[in-house]
Amino acid sequence: MTTPAARGPLALVLHQARYDLRGFLRNRQSRFFTIILPLLFLVIFVSLFGNHLVGPAHVKASTYYVPGLSAMAVIAASFVNLVISITVLREEGILKRRRSTPVPAWVLIAGRTLTAIVVSLATMVVLLVVGRFAYGVHLPTRTIGGVALTAVVGSISFCVLAYAFSTVIANEDAAQPMVQAVMLPLYFISGVFIVPTIIPSWLRHVAQVFPVEHLADGLHHAFDPTTTGIGIVWSDLGVLAIWAAIGVAVALLRFSWLPKAASG
Amino acid sequence: MEPVVSVRGLRKQYGPFEAVRGIDLEVQRGEIFAFLGPNGAGKTTTVEILEGFRDRTAGEVRVLGVDPAHADSQWRNRVGAVLQESNAEPGLTVRECLQLYAGYYLEPRDIDETISLVGLDEKADAETTRLSGGQRRRLDVALALIGDPELIFLDEPTTGFDPSARRTAWHVIEGLRGLGKTVFLTTHYMDEAEQLADRIAVIAGGEIVAEGTPGTLGGRNSMAATIRFTLPAGVATAELPAELRSLLAGEDARVTLTSQTPLAHVRELADWALGRGFDLPDLDVRRPTLEDVYLELTKEPA
Repeated sequence: MTTPAARGPLALVLHQARYDLRGFLRNRQSRFFTIILPLLFLVIFVSLFGNHLVGPAHVKASTYYVPGLSAMAVIAASFVNLVISITVLREEGILKRRRSTPVPAWVLIAGRTLTAIVVSLATMVVLLVVGRFAYGVHLPTRTIGGVALTAVVGSISFCVLAYAFSTVIANEDAAQPMVQAVMLPLYFISGVFIVPTIIPSWLRHVAQVFPVEHLADGLHHAFDPTTTGIGIVWSDLGVLAIWAAIGVAVALLRFSWLPKAASG
Repeated sequence: MEPVVSVRGLRKQYGPFEAVRGIDLEVQRGEIFAFLGPNGAGKTTTVEILEGFRDRTAGEVRVLGVDPAHADSQWRNRVGAVLQESNAEPGLTVRECLQLYAGYYLEPRDIDETISLVGLDEKADAETTRLSGGQRRRLDVALALIGDPELIFLDEPTTGFDPSARRTAWHVIEGLRGLGKTVFLTTHYMDEAEQLADRIAVIAGGEIVAEGTPGTLGGRNSMAATIRFTLPAGVATAELPAELRSLLAGEDARVTLTSQTPLAHVRELADWALGRGFDLPDLDVRRPTLEDVYLELTKEPA
């Protein structure tokens, strides 16, 4: 029997992703915050704000809730969940143990990122399917490639940022409040929950510095039935790429496989 | 044959603090080597340098012929580690953990056989979070073994175990000797080192203060024995023969003598006591335990 390590790096990444995904799916908290919560928000938004026909294309309002919540789903799977899980794995010495094996560091990171991408896309599919059949959400067909590409770029960018952000978190208990403290305000000002048109322009400018707004904007554009072309906003992807580069730099400088709490 | 671990003049500085101050170590193939020392003595720092987790300030280190500071995955294929504080993979069962780790190696051991080796057959399909402390530690050992390494680092493998779990763990570690593995064991349990180790080195204050077999460490084989007994009521220590009085090391409820020639002194004591018509029913003669030697070696200067 040849092992994934013997079959090459790609086989090893898939091997890692398979077990990361299994571990993720067995964690009730991960399942709830990543998959269930965006869905719950969709139901709440439609109930609170209604689902009437809006815009020049006369589509259901829920068509505009889905992309914002898709951005939230990508961030939940790629950033929130990952920061918490990296911190736990690091503080419990699991990252250290993995590093004591021959598996290359980049394989561990790529495997976990692949898991985040799969979970992000799956959650978006669930949002879309529920939206389509429960609320008559418009399904993007022409821009499906744009939706997928934006989600994948966003997921990779937020995964890298998760590795960078985890370096400022001292222990498991701090992880959840810290990520929420950063993400909740950004969700509100970046058009994830609230239609961007009612956000004051100065606040939108602030939001535009950060990657959340660009993922949300990119997805809004790709989902929008009035969009022409393939639904890719290259400037949004560009900003996400810049944030990813910042994340790589910080992670390279500060990321540690060893527990922070350990004594020398 | 080249030693499996060879360390010359190893130093590690953390800011102004010198955690390791120029130590030499050598571990031969197939040996169980115990590395002892109190907390903060430089033990974990040394092991982490040998495992390739930390860089060093100075010195020469070779582990399986390679400098661990430049460890590559080929080297990691040959080395296993049971780390001091590491939990199992969350959300996976015992078998899944071993499948995940087996995938990292080129020639892993058989998974079921490894589960049996550490005695976790009945827990093979249990999630790791449902294991007891002792069972988790056995999973740690299984994960360190799954790559079929030549050298295994065991960092305090039985800390927090109850006595019966420790016996089981010892049994597993002794089994590694049978597999021809070299074991680098750190512990602060003396009985553990005595039971398992072929050779022991003691580190204190960043320096190796003693090295030897469990029987000879720190001159244990030539250290004075202790003779202890209780005198019957009405008999004072002042009445002991002069030579025995000169050996007096302490007197509380019992009299303590220290002796380099315990047999001769016990005979003298016996002649004296029997001559006066009494026995010494609680007499015991004890050579220093490894723990006595260790405490002596690692004593903080007063």
